[in-house]
Amino acid sequence: MAEKMTGAEMVIQALADQGVEHIFGYPGGAALPIYDAMFQQDVVQHILVRHEQGATHMAEGYARSTGKPGVVLVTSGPGATNAVTGLTDALLDSIPLICITAQVPTTLIGSDAFQECDTVGITRSCTKHNYLVKSVNDLPRILHEAFLIATTGRPGPVVIDIPKDVQFAVGEYYRPEVESLRHQSYRPRVDGDLKAIEAAVDLMLKAERPVFYTGGGVINSGPEASESLRELAELTGFPVTSTLMGLGAFPASNPQWLGMLGMHGTYEANLAMHDCDVMINIGARFDDRITGRIDAFSPNSRKIHVDIDPSSINKVVQVHVPIVGDCNRVLEEMIRIWRSKTNQPRTEAIAPWWAEIAKWRAVGSLNFKNSDTVIKPQWAIQRLYEATKKQSKEVYITTEVGQHQMWAAQHFHFDKPNHWMTSGGLGTMGYGLPAAVGVQVAHPDALVIDIAGEASVQMTMQEMSTAVQYRLPIKIFILNNERMGMVRQWQDLLHGSRYAHSYSESLPDFVKLAEAYGGRGIRCENPAELDAAIAEMLDYDGPVLFDVIVEKDENCLPMIPSGKPHNEIILPDTANLGSIIDEKGRQLV
Amino acid sequence: MNAHLQPTGSAYFLTQETQQTERHTLSVLVDNEPGILARVVGLFSARGYNIESLTVSETEHGRRLSRITVVVVATPKVLVQIKLQLERLVPVHRVHDLTAEGNYVERELALIKVQGTGEHRAETLRLAEAFRAHIIDATVESFVFEVTGKPDKIDSFIALMSPLGLVEVVRTGLAAIGRGPVGM
Repeated sequence: MAEKMTGAEMVIQALADQGVEHIFGYPGGAALPIYDAMFQQDVVQHILVRHEQGATHMAEGYARSTGKPGVVLVTSGPGATNAVTGLTDALLDSIPLICITAQVPTTLIGSDAFQECDTVGITRSCTKHNYLVKSVNDLPRILHEAFLIATTGRPGPVVIDIPKDVQFAVGEYYRPEVESLRHQSYRPRVDGDLKAIEAAVDLMLKAERPVFYTGGGVINSGPEASESLRELAELTGFPVTSTLMGLGAFPASNPQWLGMLGMHGTYEANLAMHDCDVMINIGARFDDRITGRIDAFSPNSRKIHVDIDPSSINKVVQVHVPIVGDCNRVLEEMIRIWRSKTNQPRTEAIAPWWAEIAKWRAVGSLNFKNSDTVIKPQWAIQRLYEATKKQSKEVYITTEVGQHQMWAAQHFHFDKPNHWMTSGGLGTMGYGLPAAVGVQVAHPDALVIDIAGEASVQMTMQEMSTAVQYRLPIKIFILNNERMGMVRQWQDLLHGSRYAHSYSESLPDFVKLAEAYGGRGIRCENPAELDAAIAEMLDYDGPVLFDVIVEKDENCLPMIPSGKPHNEIILPDTANLGSIIDEKGRQLV
Repeated sequence: MNAHLQPTGSAYFLTQETQQTERHTLSVLVDNEPGILARVVGLFSARGYNIESLTVSETEHGRRLSRITVVVVATPKVLVQIKLQLERLVPVHRVHDLTAEGNYVERELALIKVQGTGEHRAETLRLAEAFRAHIIDATVESFVFEVTGKPDKIDSFIALMSPLGLVEVVRTGLAAIGRGPVGM
């Protein structure tokens, strides 16, 4: 059923047909026809951002908290280049985004026209796929194909670059059948190989020291995958740890939960990974923050790896049982096969393993020395967590990048998937505030908190204005230590505590800044007043910048120091960080 | 238990590469759409893979399919990654590692300009005949030869022409195809 319309109208129509309710964007010369088409409808609501990077992170927060693709609309040239950081972030964390960039008219492409840039060239390596639309006749297919590619297989960002003359041109709009799109060269494998899954279950049935190592793939596979993971964990009785990206897929309140693993993961999670005999990796990718030293990574285990992206398998760590497929489908098969063999968890066989884990747990690797006089950042997060538990609202947490992010992952506990939004792969400072805006747009009645650092949050602070404009009551919980804390910590570790540019000499007054934006500012520096101040923040119906003045030189521990295996983790009682890394290591990052 | 291992001291792990590199010929079937070559070449440079030779041309006009033949030098582990990373590109249909699969033939074409007179000229012609090189341009003091074959045959011919007045060489890069009745 074809209908005549302009390219600009096709964009809006395709978004509506894809069920898109919100898009994040910023207008400009080349994008005006699309903005004009948007003005004349009310199906798709546009959120006006303050900077295009903000739009991409909002769309990421929106996508990660809903499971739906996030949509961004920006103009040509600087609009497109400003979106690059968010696109790269979405690529590394496998977030489905559609980013529509306007382009100068086709006749001007290549002439260095005003606000022209080679958008498809620039974004080729930071998107899953991208398109330059040269004819309005291609537009309907490309728009729908972009959604298919962004959301299926390993999700990721897709850019559609639309020249202004194509936006004005009139053509026939149609909604192509999914089957007709990219059927030849794009066919993600979702069903794992049955023989491989059987081999995996056989290994699991014989395991004496097993561990589930789960990642963001479980979240991307949808809430059913988290359900399946819980079911399989219960069925087997195995311990579960997760990467930063996978938090929430398995409930932190479950006794089988070991906490997060990796560079700042718990002692029990990292030692379980190191000493296990069967490792079941579900939707994680052996990232370097997880493995530490590769040649000493889990030396005695048989490794099972479930991943929807074939190139993730054997990229970093050689595994024994590779399974290419969608996490949930593979988990369901594992459950079915396990059930067909036994109805019993391996409680007795793995009891000695659990006893060992209990000893590691007893070390208390997340402990810290609290203080009566100064607020410890870990304690601030614990108090925030306790306060939010009493809320009747759904609670969503976003973060920036750095120490506060790791402390949030350690001390704020998640029982549900899609409630934790953070920049893992790219490590983008400035992610959290706009991501919180995106989450709040998707969940207007929820409590959305950005756990932030005073350095990161200034990278995208201007989106506070967006929050105020759309009455989005996000809470920005700033752990203010007047330092780029993680940089400072690494300078302690590697560079003789020479703090080159890792402190802020002229911070803004965050309370006044909040008020200048039309939000609320609260400052707290006394531990005795923290609970009351948090309550005040949560009770305020509007955006809040909450400035918590915390201990300035706290280190984020535990930490697997550079170049060491999991079993050489630094625990909180280690005094002198500077002596841990040798001379050779200091030359490296 | 791993305490005897020397830490490298980096958060990024620089493990010693123990595998030997190998030269492999890959055949890549792709949609012939704008930017496809940039996508493939960009992937190689972004991930640090080395290209020895690359040829590309549309081979099925009706279906707008192109065949890219690319010769890479890499360790076996990286070769697997190259194939999988290429297959991740949306417009890529299939990737065949012809070297790994064995049974294939490969050819390259070169145009070679040689300048000379007198005895050199006669010697040049005799060698050209031995290599089945065709003369496709001639002047009283120069020839342009067209020579086809495996890359090492072309290398040998160029080496022989060198003392006889070699001026310049143009090579197409390698084209390769599997033997037998079945296509890729």
